[in-house]
Amino acid sequence: MKEKSLIDLLHDVQESNPKNYVSKDLAKKVAETSNLSLSKVYGVATFYTMFSVTQRGKHIIRVCRSLSCHLANGESILNKLKEVLGIDIGETTSDGEFTLEESSCLGMCSIAPSMMIDDVPFGNLKEEDIEGIIKKFKEGAL
Amino acid sequence: MKFYRTHVLVAEDSKSLSKGAKEIEELLLREIRNLGLEKEILITPTGSLGYEDIGVAIAVYPEGIIYAPVTPKDVPLIVKEHFLKGRILSNISHEIGKKDVSLGISKAEKVLSVQKKVLLRRVGSINPESIEEYIAEDGYLALEKAFENGSEWVLNEVKNSELRGRGGAGFPTGKKWEFTAMAKSDVKFVICNADEGEPGTFKDRVLMEGDPHSIIEGMILAGFATGATYGYIYIRGEYELSIKRLSKAIEQAYDYGFLGKDILGSGFDFDIEIKKGAGAYVCGEETALLESIEGKRGEPRKKPPYPPTSGLFKRPTVINNVETLANIPPILVNGSNWFKQIGVPGSYGTKLFSLMGDVNYKGVIEIPFGVKLREIIEEVGFGVKGGKNLKVVILGGVSGSLISKEEIDTEVDFNSLAKIEAGPGSGSIVVLSEDRCIVDVVKNIAYFFRHESCGKCTPCRVGTDVIYRIVDNVSKGNGQREDLVKLEKLSNAMKLTSFCGLGQTTPNILLQSLTKFKEEWLAHIDERKCPSNICQFEPIKEEVINE
Repeated sequence: MKEKSLIDLLHDVQESNPKNYVSKDLAKKVAETSNLSLSKVYGVATFYTMFSVTQRGKHIIRVCRSLSCHLANGESILNKLKEVLGIDIGETTSDGEFTLEESSCLGMCSIAPSMMIDDVPFGNLKEEDIEGIIKKFKEGAL
Repeated sequence: MKFYRTHVLVAEDSKSLSKGAKEIEELLLREIRNLGLEKEILITPTGSLGYEDIGVAIAVYPEGIIYAPVTPKDVPLIVKEHFLKGRILSNISHEIGKKDVSLGISKAEKVLSVQKKVLLRRVGSINPESIEEYIAEDGYLALEKAFENGSEWVLNEVKNSELRGRGGAGFPTGKKWEFTAMAKSDVKFVICNADEGEPGTFKDRVLMEGDPHSIIEGMILAGFATGATYGYIYIRGEYELSIKRLSKAIEQAYDYGFLGKDILGSGFDFDIEIKKGAGAYVCGEETALLESIEGKRGEPRKKPPYPPTSGLFKRPTVINNVETLANIPPILVNGSNWFKQIGVPGSYGTKLFSLMGDVNYKGVIEIPFGVKLREIIEEVGFGVKGGKNLKVVILGGVSGSLISKEEIDTEVDFNSLAKIEAGPGSGSIVVLSEDRCIVDVVKNIAYFFRHESCGKCTPCRVGTDVIYRIVDNVSKGNGQREDLVKLEKLSNAMKLTSFCGLGQTTPNILLQSLTKFKEEWLAHIDERKCPSNICQFEPIKEEVINE
């Protein structure tokens, strides 16, 4: 109670890292603070999709792959993102700005297809919106 | 207290915010300030108004008008014409409850007669970030009543109401609470399961964003009835706005003395803490959720022991879904007999559904149990999109069931649905039109489960992968007839041998599709043809070699 769990700690260290991941050093630190073995820390860090143990971009793009978004032609949004960013799922752009990820469901089904960039949700997406949104993020307007 | 002649409520749930609701609010404030109307007109945020699918919505009282979709250029017009001169802009206005979507006809009475707002009563009418507005609308009244009448009264009222859990399994809430109440332990817990992750489900989100205090009050009452003094809200990491609103509500509840030590002088203590999940569907399974709160991998535990007697940190623990907890305050305020006037025997009360797919109206709706599925689709959803024919309905999420055209006159309640081997599940209704391909839909579902299997047990870890690969193969035109036999065998093995509900329910939709849409599967295999023209077939490999 009011005690930080391993998951809370991993959230904290990942959020404090501008590269959006749990680095080896951070994982070691977490293991020390929580008195757990490094393998336990990695066991948890790799179990949950929101944690990453490899370097990520400044912004995390999560594209919803749920049935609702699939029915609303969500694949076209994903393909457009791949095209605009020049990367595949799980990859980071060479300028270190964006990492493209997929999410099982973002819970925005009534405005499918949807995605989130960091904590900003986007819905009713159209292919032609993508470039503009990415541009705005790059400029720090969103 | 200030009085305003006009109240303007801007829907600021996460979906509306993604469409620029904040910008509209700021524009409204600016226009009103420019005209010096800020002392007459109040602009305030609220939860979902049910118009997110078309855009930003604002409600104007006392007229009871909703404007949607509101674009930035509409704002000066609304302010000058309506707020200043009293002329309603008819082209974008809707009377509350009379959403006519794109059909241009008003089915007002019908829609209202089908829906009943018990849980959504305050969503879209109060500012979710104001505890005062919650209190003004009977908020924390149930808590006061509970302290007057004692914990046994609370437990008995909940038992008498026959409320069943809204998370999917439908277990009687009162019984669950009784197990924990009777368990002997100096420490007990209440957990709110807000790990809404079932694809096609977003009803808990609407409650958390639109009326967060109702969930907190439900948790305090659960604690009071069972003797638990500590509560956790386990919420998806992706639900940023829900986390923000709940955190704020918890803070306010402490300030007002509804949380903390000696609540309202009753001698009862209760604390609530939010635990943020980290993205794992399996954590919706209650024992996996417990592991996750303890900071471990979200792998399900062996049952028994069950959580009500041995749960979090091996202590007695009540775990309830968001919607279940939101039902508690109205039951206690109005009495269990009132509650039993809503719905049908075996399924009392209302149920929130996330209505989506190929319907004209998508969104979260509240329906008393016992209404026919056909009515929900036709009266609330305004029928299948584009005037198409219905193909099938996926009820209860991707681990739910397929309801065929012939079955849609079934009443939506636990007992009626059980007769066709279905259930309300997570409360998701996905409507599919005749244009959809069943193999394509099953493939999407298989992709999901393959990603979300936690890997603890072999049937699920391997089964979800093999299912996906076979279905993917069929969708590309490389399937064989024996693949269908394999799928069926594998499905049955998973149902029987998987460790938890995830693996046991993974094959549900697949298996039903194999019987209900056998011809479509065979068309993909025998004729290499997708009747809906959705699946893209690979060229046949042998031919390439021959060339």
